[in-house]
Amino acid sequence: MSTAGTRSPAADVATRVRYLLRIADTSLVLGQRLGEWIGHAPAIEEDLGLANTALDLIGQARLLLAYAGELEGRGRSEDALAFLREEPDYLNATLAEQPNGDFGDTIVRQFLLDAYQLELFERLATSTDARLAEIAAKAVKETRYHLRFSAGWLVRLGDGTAESQGRVQASLERLWPYTRELFDPDDTDREIAAAGIGPDAAALQAAWSARVDRVLSEATLRRPADSPYRWYGKQGRHSEHLGYLLSDLQYLQRTHPGASW
Amino acid sequence: MYTQGLTEPGVRPATESTPDDAERLRRFEARIEAEEKIEPKDWMPDAYRQTLIRQISQHAHSEIVGMLPEGNWITRAPTLLRKAILIAKVQDEGGHGAYLYSAAETLGVSRAELIDQLLAGRAKYSSIFNYPTLSWADVGAIGWLVDGAAIMNQIPLCRCSYGPYSRAMIRICKEESFHQRQGYDIMLKLARGTAAQRRMAQDALDRWWWPSLMMFGPPDTASQHTALSVRWKIKRFTNDELRQKFVDFTVPQAQFLGLSIPDPALRWDEAAKRHEFGAIDWREFNDVLKGHGPCNRERLAERRAAHDAGRWVREAAVAHAAKRAARAVA
Repeated sequence: MSTAGTRSPAADVATRVRYLLRIADTSLVLGQRLGEWIGHAPAIEEDLGLANTALDLIGQARLLLAYAGELEGRGRSEDALAFLREEPDYLNATLAEQPNGDFGDTIVRQFLLDAYQLELFERLATSTDARLAEIAAKAVKETRYHLRFSAGWLVRLGDGTAESQGRVQASLERLWPYTRELFDPDDTDREIAAAGIGPDAAALQAAWSARVDRVLSEATLRRPADSPYRWYGKQGRHSEHLGYLLSDLQYLQRTHPGASW
Repeated sequence: MYTQGLTEPGVRPATESTPDDAERLRRFEARIEAEEKIEPKDWMPDAYRQTLIRQISQHAHSEIVGMLPEGNWITRAPTLLRKAILIAKVQDEGGHGAYLYSAAETLGVSRAELIDQLLAGRAKYSSIFNYPTLSWADVGAIGWLVDGAAIMNQIPLCRCSYGPYSRAMIRICKEESFHQRQGYDIMLKLARGTAAQRRMAQDALDRWWWPSLMMFGPPDTASQHTALSVRWKIKRFTNDELRQKFVDFTVPQAQFLGLSIPDPALRWDEAAKRHEFGAIDWREFNDVLKGHGPCNRERLAERRAAHDAGRWVREAAVAHAAKRAARAVA
């Protein structure tokens, strides 16, 4: 499909590739994390649900990475991008790489990112970039299910037992500081928004915030205070956790360079 | 995945003493003979019910424990496509487990009870899952050999006399057949790959071959369940018949891959039109079955840890459901 169209000269190829990698890597890294769960969930149905979400996320990463590779024009395939970059070249939101922790940590991380991705993909579905819009339109449908799963569990855990409420409130406090990065626009975000490719960060934040508040209220959970520290995963500066995740992810590709699987 | 013929102390047919019972048994066996399906609300001999509960729950446990050795490679799958396929496959196994526990529940036992039996070490599951997955090729070998053996076992179970089990197996077999093909596809790619990949593939075949043959259960001469199970059409073929079929089916596939089967006694018997193969080490089979395999402790410990770690979550779900129900009434 053609990617030409109402592309603004302000968003050059490098910027567009960087923006695609941010979205792709967030799905990739989150999908990789969920993959660690499979076989260890609190009940079989949750194993199935987490696996579903993982599958969708890996699928989104494949489509987005393949597109980023084509746009970049250096002959890098989806797998070359997924497996053979160095840590600072992964541009996922720092929240996505946070460890699974207990089921409550995983649900909070998932809920915060599902709500973010839903708002994001809904807006990207009308992107001036037709290929990205098409990928986003598919992802919106998947993300609605992801959010139904994570929000449903957040409410059960928040409005469940005293223990579950205490645990999940603590998860929320731990993970909340990573949400600021999602909405703090940098030059890439601003160029992309100006070109009509991606949404305006402030509008995205307002919609996300309202959605999150509704669910937190139903879950009888308190919204944590915003923290002053910013994370910069989307610029390639990560938490300590990503390196370990990548060493698992990349193990076979690194051990057998050039092999076909 | 599944195994049959695990040799627990067998369930003996209950003594059918009263004239009523004798008449019901006669009608039950006549229905089996006529290839009618037995359904959950129908009368059935207690031994039939117990045999099915044991077999279906062992099968369900095998699916659930079987998620672990392959799940071991999800984070390290070599491409995104392979990762997606493996996640889908392990997810299928979870789905089979859920489906089979439901089939067992139609016989009057609860999933919670069955899972408690597994975690307490009182229930059996396929001993193949007590072997470790040491390389990516093991994911291929499991699909090719273990799922291949499972299909041999399961296809006849699609015609099992118990309706819910038979219907479950029809659906499960379709997915297992896909699993088997993806496993073979992994092996094919490795066998045609680099020298290191070929070594990986051969090593996996070396380690999984004999345990796969053991999946069919003890030889017919030693199997405690075969006679009655065949009579009641729970089983359609004996362990040895299915094992032979598996060998005959698999040997040409290994040849196509250019891999050698680790059995110096293996040869084609032209007169009998089948492969002869070497003696199976039944002592190893029994050791693994009794808990002394390489991963028995780890597998159960992992299942228990997941179950224990999830307790507060399950309790929260129950508490929340009760709150909602109370609010709905108010």
